[in-house]
Amino acid sequence: MATPSIIEALNAAVPAARAEAVPSVDMETILVAPEALVDVCRFLRDDPAFQFSLLSDVIGVDRLPETPRFEITYHLACLGDAFRAPGASTSAPPRRLRLKTRVADAPEGEQPRIDSIVSVWPSANWPEREIFDLFGVAFTGHPELRPILMTDDWEGHPLRKDYPVQIRKCGHIPWEIEMPPEQFAASVAASRKQAAEAAAKPRREEETQ
Amino acid sequence: MTTVSGAPASLRQETLTVNMGPQHPSTHGVLNLVIELDGETIVSAKPTIGFLHTGIEKTAEQKKWQQVIPLVERMDYLGPHSNSLSFCLSVEKLLGLEMPDRVIWIRVLLAELQRLSSHLVWLGTHGMEIGAVSVMMYAFREREQLLNINELIAGFRMFPSYMRIGGLREDLPRGFKQTVAEFLDAFVPKLDEYEKLLTANPIWIKRTKGVGRLSKEDTLAWGLVGPMARAVGIPYDVRKTFPYLKYETFDFDVPVASEGDVYDRYLVKMAEMRQSVRICRQALERITPTGPYDCGDFRIVPPPKDRVYTEMEALIQHFLIYSQGFTVPKGEAYVPVEGPRGEHGFHIVSDGSNRPARIKLRAPSFYAVQALEKMIVGGLIADVIAVIGSTDVVMGDVDR
Repeated sequence: MATPSIIEALNAAVPAARAEAVPSVDMETILVAPEALVDVCRFLRDDPAFQFSLLSDVIGVDRLPETPRFEITYHLACLGDAFRAPGASTSAPPRRLRLKTRVADAPEGEQPRIDSIVSVWPSANWPEREIFDLFGVAFTGHPELRPILMTDDWEGHPLRKDYPVQIRKCGHIPWEIEMPPEQFAASVAASRKQAAEAAAKPRREEETQ
Repeated sequence: MTTVSGAPASLRQETLTVNMGPQHPSTHGVLNLVIELDGETIVSAKPTIGFLHTGIEKTAEQKKWQQVIPLVERMDYLGPHSNSLSFCLSVEKLLGLEMPDRVIWIRVLLAELQRLSSHLVWLGTHGMEIGAVSVMMYAFREREQLLNINELIAGFRMFPSYMRIGGLREDLPRGFKQTVAEFLDAFVPKLDEYEKLLTANPIWIKRTKGVGRLSKEDTLAWGLVGPMARAVGIPYDVRKTFPYLKYETFDFDVPVASEGDVYDRYLVKMAEMRQSVRICRQALERITPTGPYDCGDFRIVPPPKDRVYTEMEALIQHFLIYSQGFTVPKGEAYVPVEGPRGEHGFHIVSDGSNRPARIKLRAPSFYAVQALEKMIVGGLIADVIAVIGSTDVVMGDVDR
């Protein structure tokens, strides 16, 4: 069975995708326009000739200084005979596809935005949160867009290329850790007194004998 | 005064929120689960991750390509060989390197031994959490021997860094084949022993059958692959569907179950260990006593020491590789491997320099924790521990 060309079928079914092939060493790679992303994903999942039932991973890449700055990569897999999509009469040949889309950086104070594909593959939920957390790319239509790996009050997005590497950040401590010098001196005196008292105490009888 | 249901009218009926973890012994590391309970039934569960986030992916961007290997081995700390193997395969794909057969067979052997070692830790901890404490003693006894094999090849038990870009660190030590053959011969009867303890054990069956079930469609939609998918009846194994390391030349089966509950995941993993032993035996037969242990491309792998000490060119190459590293052509690659927990692979992006522009691990545990809510809601709180154990999550893999 000849493997049908994804690009031709995709451009025929979703013309807004403007899909183009990207040279790659390992698997078929397609770049699509971000506006049509959800339609493209739904088509690739549901079309009986492709049946990309598994969204293997979602990856964010910061391409600084190139523009558009951010690239979101989706790894799709069709498992062949191992899994037939519901509604399809035959299984599609096993193949992998790398789907890419690029999103431009937003002006200061705003976040770059792209459509979420959680409605197509629920497994995209946490990876998209991870990209939101580490790259600061927001996903429109995501059910629960909040940081996942970093703490909620973390400033900046660590995997961006312009995030400084050689810095030390203090951990956030929710209570006061400094004490006034008088209190410190009193505390030291108290513990010394306690130690002296313990040393002055007579030992137990069996030990002294 | 009582109502019809028997509860006093003044009794407060509300759900109870319980924090499980991040320091709970059976959450496999530092996983926090906020569970809402109605009596003993789980109404909702929210996993919180990130307690073990060490930013390895960011650190790797500051390192040269070959310096990344010890870092990535620490991600999924129960499967170090599979981390470094998938990283090496991706980089080698981008470099266009072909490995000699002997390197491939050694890599296959180590990957399968590591699957045994990882599954043994899973079996031990999973058994112990459900109450079969003695299984842990037995499983860790065998795992100790596998760690000894790691020590034999690399001098390091947990993170051997034995797989390198362009081949292996050094040749196999003397007596390696015999050690592995002896281990394999002794291991199969041990597997029977574990199965005798658990497979027909009525307590084990009561705790695991029908618990944490998922449908076929949900399993794939939530990105669960590996033993989790095979337990539902999806015979997807990267080694068969998208072969790497010439796995198509090995004779082995993909064990599949049908129910998709905790018990079936147990059955699948036990059967997988037997298949791994089969593959190990075949690989061991193919490894010749002498032969190449790297691809011999001196742009990537340092020349052998005897040449470094006697030849000027080899010395220069040695210093080049250890000081400025090697460059990888611009592009990206992703070669998935079948890790102990499912499809596992590094997406690497190179900008043509001697340091990676971006590496990203496809972590099967990450997706398993994401789907945890789906598996435990509606069940009993006592089953949460059984389900977490069956997903075999490693928090180092989840948080990276």
